[in-house]
Amino acid sequence: MKKFEFIDHTADAKFIAYGKDIEEAFTNAALAFITLVTDIHKVKPKQEKTIEIAAEKKQSLLFDFLEELIYLMDTEGFLLHDIPELKIEKKDKYTLKARVRGDAGDYEILTQIKAMTYSDMFIKETEGKVEIQVVPDI
Amino acid sequence: MTEIKPKKLNEYSYLIEKHGDMNVPVKIFASEEMLEKMMQDRCIQQGINVACLPGIKGFSIMMPDAHQGYGFSIGGVAAIDAENGCISPGGVGFDIGCGVRLLQTNLKKDEIYPKIHQLLDKLFESIPPGIGAKSKFRLDDTELDKVLNTGVDWAVKNNYGTKEDQENCESQGKLTEADAAIISPKAKKRGRGQLGTLGSGNHFIEVQYVNKIYNKEVAEIFGLKEEGQVVIMIHCGSRGLGHQTCSEFLRKLEETYPDVMASLPEKDLIYAPAKSQMAKEYYKAMCASANFAWTNRHMIGHQTRLAFKEVFGEKTELKTVYDVHHNIAKLEEHTFDGKRCKVWVHRKGATRAFGPNMPDLPKDYKKVGQPILIPGSMGTSSWVLVGTAESMDESFGSTAHGAGRMMSRKQANQTWRGDQLKKDLEREKIYIKAASWRGITEEAPGAYKDVDEVVNVSDKAGIGKLVAQLKPIGVVKG
Repeated sequence: MKKFEFIDHTADAKFIAYGKDIEEAFTNAALAFITLVTDIHKVKPKQEKTIEIAAEKKQSLLFDFLEELIYLMDTEGFLLHDIPELKIEKKDKYTLKARVRGDAGDYEILTQIKAMTYSDMFIKETEGKVEIQVVPDI
Repeated sequence: MTEIKPKKLNEYSYLIEKHGDMNVPVKIFASEEMLEKMMQDRCIQQGINVACLPGIKGFSIMMPDAHQGYGFSIGGVAAIDAENGCISPGGVGFDIGCGVRLLQTNLKKDEIYPKIHQLLDKLFESIPPGIGAKSKFRLDDTELDKVLNTGVDWAVKNNYGTKEDQENCESQGKLTEADAAIISPKAKKRGRGQLGTLGSGNHFIEVQYVNKIYNKEVAEIFGLKEEGQVVIMIHCGSRGLGHQTCSEFLRKLEETYPDVMASLPEKDLIYAPAKSQMAKEYYKAMCASANFAWTNRHMIGHQTRLAFKEVFGEKTELKTVYDVHHNIAKLEEHTFDGKRCKVWVHRKGATRAFGPNMPDLPKDYKKVGQPILIPGSMGTSSWVLVGTAESMDESFGSTAHGAGRMMSRKQANQTWRGDQLKKDLEREKIYIKAASWRGITEEAPGAYKDVDEVVNVSDKAGIGKLVAQLKPIGVVKG
C-alpha cells in the first residue's frame, strides 16, 4: 500500500495519507507533511523527541499533531526522519503519544508550512484501511 | 451543489442575490473572463458561505483575484457588525498581517544591472528565509512583548529604520488594542527567532523599476518620480507567531463553540460572537500579530537599506512609500442603508483602499488617498494604485491584493523546471536568488492569474485607480 499521495489544490498543498489503522495513517500523514518541506530521505535520525497531545476529536488530534511538527520546525529547525512509534488511545479525550526521529541540520528547504487548516480534512476509517486528507497552508 | 449564476451588474461587477441562509448578497468584482476562472474552483461558494455569517453587512465581496481558500476565499472582504456580529480568524487568515511594503530609491535601473548578483546575494544573506530560528535580531521576552504591543514604535526607538518609514505605514505600523499577554508562549517562541525573516511560498523581496506612470500627479506625491526609478517591494507577514496564533484560536473556538462549529459548511469559518470574551481576546491577539508583521517588514526594509548602501554607496536613499496589510480585520465605521455602523472589515487577501481625506492616511497622502500595493507573481508586473471615495460604498474601502493563483503547486512543478525558468527569466533581464528550485517553479508566472487584468478591473470598477506599473529586476525568495 502506498503511504500517501499529493493531489491538486489551487492555493495550497493537499494530500491523502493511507494506513491499515489510524496510527499508521497518522504516521504517513506526518511523513507526507514533511515531504513538502524537505527531502525526507536525506534527513538523518540524529535526534529523538516525544510528542504527547490530547484532543476531543480525531480531526483535532490530527490538527494538533501536525501543528506540533510545524512548531518543532519553526523553533528548532527540527525536520522529521521517521516515526518508530505512535500510539492513539481514547480516554476522556483522544490521546496521541509518538516517538519521532529527525535532525536540525542544514537541509534544503523546499517550502515552509505556515499552518494546518481544517479545509477538506477527513479521516475515513473502514475495515483494515484508513484514509486521511489534509490541506496545510503553505 | 446547486449551480450558481451571478447576475451581471456592469462590465466589471456581478451579484449573487440573497437566497437560502444568506444574510446579504455576494458582490463579485471581475471581468467576464475572470468570473469564468472563479467558477472553476470553490471560491464563489465560499463567498456565499461568508454571506451567511451573523452580522455581516452590505455584501460579501469578492475581488478579481479571488480563489479558493479555507473557509473564507482568498480575495474576499466581509464587513461584520462589531456589536452584534462576529469576528473570524479564518476571515483574517493564518498569516495575520501578511502585506506589502514599498520603498523608493534615488537609483535608476541601469545602475542596478552591473551589480545585481552582488545585491541579491547581500539581500539573501541579510534577510534569511528563516526555517528554525535564523533571525539576526534575537529578542528576549521583554523586547518581544514591546514589539507585539507597540509595533514599529519599538523598531524606531531602537534605531531600526526611520520615523518617516513609520509615518508611511497603515495605522503607523501599530494597532494600540494589541495585548502581548494574550499571545501564547508557543507563538512567542516561534516568533522570537523570526523577526526580519522572509518565509517562503509567495513571499519575496523584489528589486523593481517604475515602468509606466499612469497618474503623474499622484505618483509624484507617492515619491515615484520618473520611469526607470528603482523601487523595492517586500511581501511577507507575521511568520510563525501569527500562524500559531491563528491555529490556536481556531482550536479554542472549536472547543468553546462546538455547536457553531458543527453547523458550519467549513470548519475554518468558525467565529467568535461580538462582545464575547473570545472575540476580545482574538482581536487583541490579532492586533499584536499585525504589529509583529509590520515590524517584520520594517526590519526587512531596514536590512534592505543597509544592503543597498553597502552595494551602491552611502548616498543611496531608500524611503518607504507605504506599508499595508492584506490579511487583517480592521475596526472601522462604514455606512449601511444611511446608518453608520462599527464593523470589523475582514480583508482576507484584500487591500485597504481608502480614498482622499479618510482617517488614518499619512499627511502627505491625505489629499489623494492611500497607496495600494499590489504585488504580481515572480517575473510579472506589480502595481501601485490609489484609493478612491467610491471604494468606501462599493467595497468598504478595499480592493484586490495580488494576482491570485490559478494553477496548483503540483501542476506548476510538473509544468516547469526551475533551472529552465531561471534561464528564461534571465533572458528578460530578471534575476532570481531562491532557497530552492522548487520554490521557483511553484511560483512560476504562468501559475497565476494575470495581475494586469486584476488591477484593470479594480481601476474600471473605481475601487482603486492605476498610478504606476512596476517591473522586476531581481527577486529574492525563500
